Amino acid sequence: MSFLNHLISGISLGSIYAIIALGYTMVYGIAKMLNFAHGDVIMVGGYMCFCATIYLGWPAWAGIALAIAVCTVLGMAIERLAYKPLRMAPSLAVLITAIGVSYLLQNAALLIWGSSPKMFTSVVGGQPIALFGGQIMLAPVTLVTVLSCLVIMAALVLFTGHTKMGTAMRAVSEDKGAAQLMGINVNTTISMTFAIGSGLAAVAGVLLCSAYPTLMPTTGAMPGIKAFTAAVFGGIGSIPGAFVGGILLGVIEIFAKAYISTQLSDAIVFAVLIVVLLVKPDGLLGKRVSEKV
Amino acid sequence: MKKTLSMLLAGTMLVTALAGCGGNNDAAQSGGDNSAAADGTVFKLGGTGPLTGANAIYGNAAKNGAQIAVDEINAAGGDIQFELKYEDDESDAEKAVSGYNSLKDWGMQLSLGSVTSKPCEATAAKTFEDRVFALTPSASSTATTEGKDNMFQMCFIDPAQGVLAAESISAHKLATKIAIIWKNDDVYSTGIHDTFIKEAKAKGLEIVSDTTFTEASATDFNVQLNDAKSKGADLVFLPIYYQPASLILTQANAMGYAPKFFGVDGMDGILTLENFDTSLAEGLMLLTPFNADDEKNKGFVEQYVEQFGETPNQFAADAYDCVYAYKQALEAAGATPDMSAEELCGKMIEQFTSMTFDGLTGSGATWGTNGQISKDPIVVTIQNGVYVTM
Repeated sequence: MSFLNHLISGISLGSIYAIIALGYTMVYGIAKMLNFAHGDVIMVGGYMCFCATIYLGWPAWAGIALAIAVCTVLGMAIERLAYKPLRMAPSLAVLITAIGVSYLLQNAALLIWGSSPKMFTSVVGGQPIALFGGQIMLAPVTLVTVLSCLVIMAALVLFTGHTKMGTAMRAVSEDKGAAQLMGINVNTTISMTFAIGSGLAAVAGVLLCSAYPTLMPTTGAMPGIKAFTAAVFGGIGSIPGAFVGGILLGVIEIFAKAYISTQLSDAIVFAVLIVVLLVKPDGLLGKRVSEKV
Repeated sequence: MKKTLSMLLAGTMLVTALAGCGGNNDAAQSGGDNSAAADGTVFKLGGTGPLTGANAIYGNAAKNGAQIAVDEINAAGGDIQFELKYEDDESDAEKAVSGYNSLKDWGMQLSLGSVTSKPCEATAAKTFEDRVFALTPSASSTATTEGKDNMFQMCFIDPAQGVLAAESISAHKLATKIAIIWKNDDVYSTGIHDTFIKEAKAKGLEIVSDTTFTEASATDFNVQLNDAKSKGADLVFLPIYYQPASLILTQANAMGYAPKFFGVDGMDGILTLENFDTSLAEGLMLLTPFNADDEKNKGFVEQYVEQFGETPNQFAADAYDCVYAYKQALEAAGATPDMSAEELCGKMIEQFTSMTFDGLTGSGATWGTNGQISKDPIVVTIQNGVYVTM
């Protein structure tokens, strides 16, 4: 029974990593940049939902809607102000800028909301569901998280595969210059990618804070890094890869804690990552792309 | 391109302007009545602490607590008058040293060290070198005072809490089987954990589960709680800060596990956690030097609430006590504000190693020559959302 319990914890944690990783991988796959501010957009999403539901007394769905709206706009603004002017710059400059944006968001949150942690009220109410005569307690938020994760992944696969904007995104991902020559507006496409990625970050933020209910300006930082790891694990740039990577990372983390050692769990997670990358350098589901010189 | 750049710059300016605003407000608060005081007529008291950054809650509490004490002493008249200045160190050792240097330029005569342990270890090395006496409100690591004759602490040291926790669990017969969940990338938690294990063994307490987490894995505690539950632990000892502890309480509740929980002074603050369901903390026991709900602390608590809009924590009380301990020592030594930092240092070492101090955080406190304080922390239980002394 305890095995099932650990599996549920692992999948729950993994689904949150997966939703964050989907945002990372979207932006990387299309704009070819690592958006290290992604984790902090998650934190902003959490605070927005917190403010709406606690301070303004809005219902949960309105809080989530506000979080998504604010994060989408924020993501587009970050892209427009911080990344677009550097489109032609070396990728290292963009990376440093992303880290800068991450600090800017964290410290802005510190100014606005202060440093003391806040307790988040879960947006998913209800009592835990008791299975097998109470030996396994399944929290409703776990179900919602896993379901949202699946729905989001399916929607993203359909969107990138079957819509005009999705096709444009894949074209930009393959070759920016050629896409432009074909009449695709590269800037709009990248902006759109950031909008979707940041909207996902808001959902991830709300679910993260619902499952693990404390909220601080640094809340998004660690899950952001773990999710980045998950994205690399699954093959960065690949949407199903991010999903698989996220779930696996969560499950490995919990199992390592439960069956090997709580002290070594992170070391084990990253050891697995290293082994996977040694065997498959592009991640589990990553595609090998030859770089032009 | 140019337009975007200018917009970016404008945005940055706006943010810096906002940041400036915050800073100015703080300065205006701390400046208070004594900003006009001239050199040589007041004792210049300085300290560093995290006024911004992730640990800002501690630094600001200490600064505010010290400020209340200074204002009270100055308003009462008398020979001893203080001027207080705090520098922001963001809980970073290098910034603490540069903060210390600017305090020296300002003419600091007595130091309040630093608020958190790591920076305080750095500034303690400087105060030792420069012969400036320092009394830290809250840096609790043993390395802070080690080998320095002029560095003193107002808080009790980390290992002492492990011993006291084991003693009170055994004295009150709180449990037979104990689980510990601690943070193994944190010196504070590790220090308490190690001494607790040693002392618990000596007292014949049985530790059935000993699990850890780190900064990177401080979200999911189901594994640790399941381990404690399956091994039948009836008390879970949490030598950690209140933020992860609040998650542990929530997750234990969700899985229907209801042991006794026992925390240390890092747990202080859990009730002030915004939007926290305080019923989860019902029956939680913790060690603290300061009980804000205690009758004897009412005056200070009311003043603090009025001035800063929140209930003071132990950091505020420790810093408040520091200023009063200085007052008592300066009076006893017959010190005058025109003395140099070095002269004062000698006198203060003499006074602190011989005096007994009664403050908000404990009465009958004395200091050893190693700078460590001896005072008894209070064991409190949370009942109906307030601390009740056990």
